[in-house]
Amino acid sequence: MSLTRLLALILKELLAVMRDPKGRIVLIAPPVMQLLIFSTAATLEVRNVDVMVLDQDHGHWSEELTARIAGAPTVKRVLPADSPDMLRRAIEERSVIAGVWIGSDFTRRVTAGRPATVQVILDGRRSNASQILASYLGEIATRLSLETPLGTQITGQLITVEPRNWFNANLADKWFMVPNLIASIALLVGLIVTALSIARERELGTFDQLMVSPLRVHEILIGKVVPPMIIGLGHITLFILAALLIFHVPLRGSLGLLYGSAVFYLAAVVGIGLFISALSMTQQQAILGAFLFLVPAMLLSGFATPVENIPSWLQPLCDINPLRYFLVVVRGVFLKDIGVDEVIRQTIPIALIAAVALTAAAWLFRRRME
Amino acid sequence: MSEPADLVVLEGVTKVFGDAPPALKDVSGTVRGGEITGLVGPDGAGKTTLIRLMTGLMEPTGGTLTVLGHDTRTDAAAIQSAIGYMPQRFGLYEDLTVGENMTLYADLRGLPQAEREAVFDELLTFTDLKRFTARRAGHLSGGMKQKLGLACALLRKPRLLLLDEPGVGVDPISRRDLWAMVEDLTREGIGVLWATAYLEEAEACDRVLLLNEGEALFAGPPAEMTGRVQGRVYRVEGIGARRTALAHLVDEAGVRDGVIQGEAIRLLLAEGAERPPLPDGARIEATRPRFEDAFVDRLGGGPGGHSAIAAAQDAFPDDDAAMIEADGLTKRFGDFTAAADISFKVPRGEIFGLLGPNGAGKSTTFKMLCGLLRPTSGTGRVAGIDLSRQAAQARGRLGYMAQKFSLYGDLSIQQNLDFFAGVYGLSGRRKRTRTGLMREIFDFDRHAGQPAKELPLGLKQRLALAAALMHEPEVLFLDEPTSGVDPITRREFWMHINALVEKGVTVLVTTHFMDEAEYCDRISLIYRGRSIALGSPDELKRRVASPDQPDPTMEDAFVALVKEADAEREEEAA
Repeated sequence: MSLTRLLALILKELLAVMRDPKGRIVLIAPPVMQLLIFSTAATLEVRNVDVMVLDQDHGHWSEELTARIAGAPTVKRVLPADSPDMLRRAIEERSVIAGVWIGSDFTRRVTAGRPATVQVILDGRRSNASQILASYLGEIATRLSLETPLGTQITGQLITVEPRNWFNANLADKWFMVPNLIASIALLVGLIVTALSIARERELGTFDQLMVSPLRVHEILIGKVVPPMIIGLGHITLFILAALLIFHVPLRGSLGLLYGSAVFYLAAVVGIGLFISALSMTQQQAILGAFLFLVPAMLLSGFATPVENIPSWLQPLCDINPLRYFLVVVRGVFLKDIGVDEVIRQTIPIALIAAVALTAAAWLFRRRME
Repeated sequence: MSEPADLVVLEGVTKVFGDAPPALKDVSGTVRGGEITGLVGPDGAGKTTLIRLMTGLMEPTGGTLTVLGHDTRTDAAAIQSAIGYMPQRFGLYEDLTVGENMTLYADLRGLPQAEREAVFDELLTFTDLKRFTARRAGHLSGGMKQKLGLACALLRKPRLLLLDEPGVGVDPISRRDLWAMVEDLTREGIGVLWATAYLEEAEACDRVLLLNEGEALFAGPPAEMTGRVQGRVYRVEGIGARRTALAHLVDEAGVRDGVIQGEAIRLLLAEGAERPPLPDGARIEATRPRFEDAFVDRLGGGPGGHSAIAAAQDAFPDDDAAMIEADGLTKRFGDFTAAADISFKVPRGEIFGLLGPNGAGKSTTFKMLCGLLRPTSGTGRVAGIDLSRQAAQARGRLGYMAQKFSLYGDLSIQQNLDFFAGVYGLSGRRKRTRTGLMREIFDFDRHAGQPAKELPLGLKQRLALAAALMHEPEVLFLDEPTSGVDPITRREFWMHINALVEKGVTVLVTTHFMDEAEYCDRISLIYRGRSIALGSPDELKRRVASPDQPDPTMEDAFVALVKEADAEREEEAA
């Protein structure tokens, strides 16, 4: 292997991406957009929701409950309903996400020290938000019930829950989101830059020019793998800086571990990108191929929904998704002081994926030469 | 016959795109009914721009275009409904059949149902496509696609037919067919504009509009143009080592231009110049001028004969070693045989040409010999190295220049040179000397920082040659190296190649360009995947010489040999 040849190839690859206006857009636009969108707009919390209350009781306790719901920080407005029909329509039309139905004997039962029921109707189409809202409403009801005549009698014997959120005490959304972005942006940019690289050369006719040079196939492959990894590490660094300086996410673990794992992660991403690139004849196919991988990879990574919630028949797909493992490392390094053994445990599958993807890409690349 | 009407009148037409130098500068001329007007010029001269202006698809920046009496700025719709236009790649739908394509265009052009059957029948007969009505357009040959394109453009008989390079990618036989069809149309009074980069086509036109870098160099009958160099064109025979002789001759005072034609040299002298001194035994005689001679004369003559790049190179040993060997090379893709049992040997210091129409198998053969394709059977050797065993070593010895500009367009000249130097393992001082030499010889300094894709065509071609020669290769592979470039750039290119060959470099060139074939020492004619003839250009021409064609051109030879091969195939099939 000749270092001169390899360096020439790597330098050319970097220059080709930087000097191509479209290439520059790929490098700059997605990171900035992801940073803006995911860190500010897209939030997993439920906030500013409207709740409708159908109060058929109009007693002391029902009004107290309504007032507390209205006072909850999650709830923007409480809309009164005149009839069950109005409540049904409001949910159907998505003007409220939840309806609280207080029966006419509510205050009477509470005052009498008997158990009382409140019905909560939720919009199951927005399952995630509904789930969260249901637990908020449940909490309000529990707290209220402690103040009822029956409740005060049993306070002493009751088990109460006092939650403490470790690693992210205030459950700050950005603390969760921004580290995720470090992993996902490296996936996005690394994948697209690599996927385009061979396809672009095929389209421009420079690929033949490369193939008739004394470069050997493995040199070409290394020359194609290294530049996107450099670019990916650059993006990871930028995002780490943004996380620390702009979003003030705490850094509790070792950056060395993060970078160590990132090298394997990028090798896996680039290997997959190279496979897609070797498969496609045009840049258009390459981009489509990249997104065909990207979207499921994001969804099946634990980025937004916990991997444990993904149905078992999809679990094997999660197992071969490098993002899934690297997310654990990134979050771990930022939010808790993740141990070396845990990082290694997560990095081993990433390294395996990288080995398989790169081997498959090399194999396909040679085959497509025929 | 009355004076034919002017269907198109151009007056001072100028077109500027953005900050680029004008694509067209003050072009004036006419296209008449009942004639074929050749719009002639190298790639990038402004031919397509001018045609698009005539169709009213674009507006001129300055000047006026009147087409069929309408101003293109105001009456584009009226023009578009009365003309036939065939763009460079006619918009055929490859997944539709010939018949379906015609029906589609008939719908688009609003051809009444009642007339269709008769019109389709006439056009399919005219283009000889009737047998293929049910075949998908994607499965037609290049020539047949162009004929179908022509048929679609003729669905509503136009008064003016604009053809943008109909001869590109079409073998000489189909091109002759296409030309004959268009001539038929002019007899009905239709005016035809035929754009082409082939200068020999210009001679057959009734009149010519010659464009170069956006400027009209000439407008009028081609004979008027060639008349300007009448009596100044000579053919020199029996001159011995023709490449060295040419290099000396073009540097003689009074010699405007010189090219190799098989064993002979063609010379263009300046007006009133004496014949140059010739070695003993050489015969010189006046010959009929061609359009290209006049074009080169108009451009100020060809380049000199000194190649600094060859001068800077050490000569390779003077032996007769076979530098390129093809031994029974065969390539099959599925049940399609792209190249069958192709064998030849090219000794050191020879230019060997693979000549053939597109899709005949010459590119496949070429690719197998430079290691881009693995042969199904047979072996290829470069500089004695077996490509199937030590491909990388073999590739280190060869330089490659692809058909279309295939360097990194976003990289600057310097970055491209550095890249190719690095890829061929040049480093340190050697790298600096070689890239510096290339910059100097090819005059790159003025453009060194510009992205390569923005360079003028001629400079791109030089850059491609510089990249191919960076590591002083022993063998050069050239894939259609000068198709579409202007005659000066082509001469400059061959001047370097000729000089390198004299230093012992061996060249394999593919071409469908008859002029380029004349530069070769030997040619293999590839047709339908087979080598149907092998010999020097003069031998091939002599083979087809007959009483009615005592002095055939390379194209005549090509056509005759291909027809012969077809006849043999039919005999075998029978």
